[in-house]
Amino acid sequence: MTPIPITLSNIHFRYEGREVSVFEGLSLEIPPGSVTAILGPNGAGKSTLLHLILGLLTPSDGDVLLAQRPHRSYSRRELGRLVGLVAQEEVIPFSFTVQEYVLLGRAPYLNLLESPRPEDFIIARDALARVGAAEMATRPLQTLSGGERQLVLLARVLAQEPRILLLDEPTAHLDLGNKGRVLSLVKQQVATGVTAIFTTHEPDLAAALADYVVLMRAGQALAAGLLEDVFTAENLSRTYDVPIRVMRVENHRIVLVE
Amino acid sequence: MTRKSCPLPTWISHLMEYASTDKSPKDASQRHNQHGEPEKAKGLISPTRYGNPVRRQRLLWGLAALLVVTVVVAIFSGRYPAPYLMSPRLLAEDPLARQIVLNLRLPRILTAVLLGMTLAGAGTVFQMIFRNPLVEPGFLGVSQGAAFGAALSIVAWNAGRQNASGPGIQVSAATFGFLGLLLSSTLARRIRYGGWTLRLVLAGIAVSALFSAGVGILKYVADPLTQLPELVFWMLGALWSVTWSKALSILPVTVTALVLLLLLRWRLNLLALDDATAFSLGAAPARERMVLLIAAVAAVSVVVSVSGIVGWIGLIVPHLARRLLGADAQGSLPGALLIGGAFAVFCDTLARTMLPGEIPLGILASLIGASIFIALMLVQPRSLGHNITG
Repeated sequence: MTPIPITLSNIHFRYEGREVSVFEGLSLEIPPGSVTAILGPNGAGKSTLLHLILGLLTPSDGDVLLAQRPHRSYSRRELGRLVGLVAQEEVIPFSFTVQEYVLLGRAPYLNLLESPRPEDFIIARDALARVGAAEMATRPLQTLSGGERQLVLLARVLAQEPRILLLDEPTAHLDLGNKGRVLSLVKQQVATGVTAIFTTHEPDLAAALADYVVLMRAGQALAAGLLEDVFTAENLSRTYDVPIRVMRVENHRIVLVE
Repeated sequence: MTRKSCPLPTWISHLMEYASTDKSPKDASQRHNQHGEPEKAKGLISPTRYGNPVRRQRLLWGLAALLVVTVVVAIFSGRYPAPYLMSPRLLAEDPLARQIVLNLRLPRILTAVLLGMTLAGAGTVFQMIFRNPLVEPGFLGVSQGAAFGAALSIVAWNAGRQNASGPGIQVSAATFGFLGLLLSSTLARRIRYGGWTLRLVLAGIAVSALFSAGVGILKYVADPLTQLPELVFWMLGALWSVTWSKALSILPVTVTALVLLLLLRWRLNLLALDDATAFSLGAAPARERMVLLIAAVAAVSVVVSVSGIVGWIGLIVPHLARRLLGADAQGSLPGALLIGGAFAVFCDTLARTMLPGEIPLGILASLIGASIFIALMLVQPRSLGHNITG
């Protein structure tokens, strides 16, 4: 599979009914087949950026291109096979079982009237096994702990087999063990040619997982590029508006607030 | 159904979820961390309960059998020749009995089945596409609109006079039911506040209130001897005036809508997810929800125009079905249709059999529905407790 590049050029976006624009001329290149971390304070526009790449939101001006093509050139189902999303704090009001929920990841491969076929069950079971949650298949979602739940959300997106993986704060509220599991799953996906983008409030996580980093503040990309180049104390301090130190311990970067 | 193996009354958990303001997974995880291991919850779950296609099939066949039995019993229930039950042999021997069964009971039972299926199916659809287990099919101004339409027809055009609950009432009720939806959705589009669902709910409440005020005015000016009783009786819901022509007149719309809902039942799960996730899975959430909404409202307006307002079926039956068959609409939607049909036939049979006079169906449905609801809430205090902590 050739990995898919994502290009945002001169994006303008404003939520309907709001005075202030989120983006006024944002341009970004997301390199294909890599992990890109989007960092920035609350309200910087991180989730909005993911929704623009997803196609849920349409910029008032400028283009978002997936593999050099705009969203409107894809059908809804094609786009569903192309881009997967694990939303931030997804609220699921009905107590689906884990298996029923993971099967929903197969929706882009089924037409309106179809229900999952035997092969979809196999893919869903496989996705659950990959996140290490095979034995949870028959449990209702509402009996899961936060960590288990996040793994199940990931299994759903794995069953979707998207080429672009969008993760909105994938490790928020997770313990260290589950965090590690999520990290290695994302890395595995990228190794198979997936382009992954995630937002996070944890610079350490970005340092551990990302190849590329985008630092955002108030709708602007303060810095974007390779982790080594962008992940500096100066850039991070500017992003969060507090003095920040970046320490190197062996091969790891550790971020400290002064 | 063995009580011990029942893990959670899911519908109660839905209510609990919605009663609490913060539903974030963050809190769920925190609750778990505080109260200990999720394994405890796991122990309560019998692994075969949900998501088992064989069990689901068996349950659905069971419910279908229940519906058939209810219908058969209803055919032989009534007050002719003597109260409660008549012998099947009478059908062959007594031409009057045959007349009563063929021309009075059968159309009425058919209408009851359609009524129950429509309300329960529309209720399931509404609850899922609005992602809120507390909504019912009438909440977008459909029920109150239809009531207003019926009242207007009875009072202003005297349609009820010559021919009790004639086609005038039916047309007027269906029209105003749809008008209710139209007003609510137009209003919702203009409200500059909150998300789409909240706006629809607010608009529905406002439009319902307007129509019910209108009904109040019409009640006030209605002739207390001729018009008011008919109006009140219509508002209480009843199937006593159903004939073959009425039953057949609602058949095309309701059956079309129900078939559409059944065909899209797996898709319904997708539409119960939040917009971003549903969109990411290749759905067009707004458009698909609108199609289902229109089908459901069309069917509800049409049945309500014949039956009057029958509450509770659209709210409680979807919960029952989810509890029996799990949240997946693949099982819970057909389950809700079957339970709804059987429940409506059961209530309507009681309504026409118990007393020499007719008991309004709406009253019985509310009475029995609310009793079941309360009973279900009381029988499983332990699961409920577990659910609060988990």
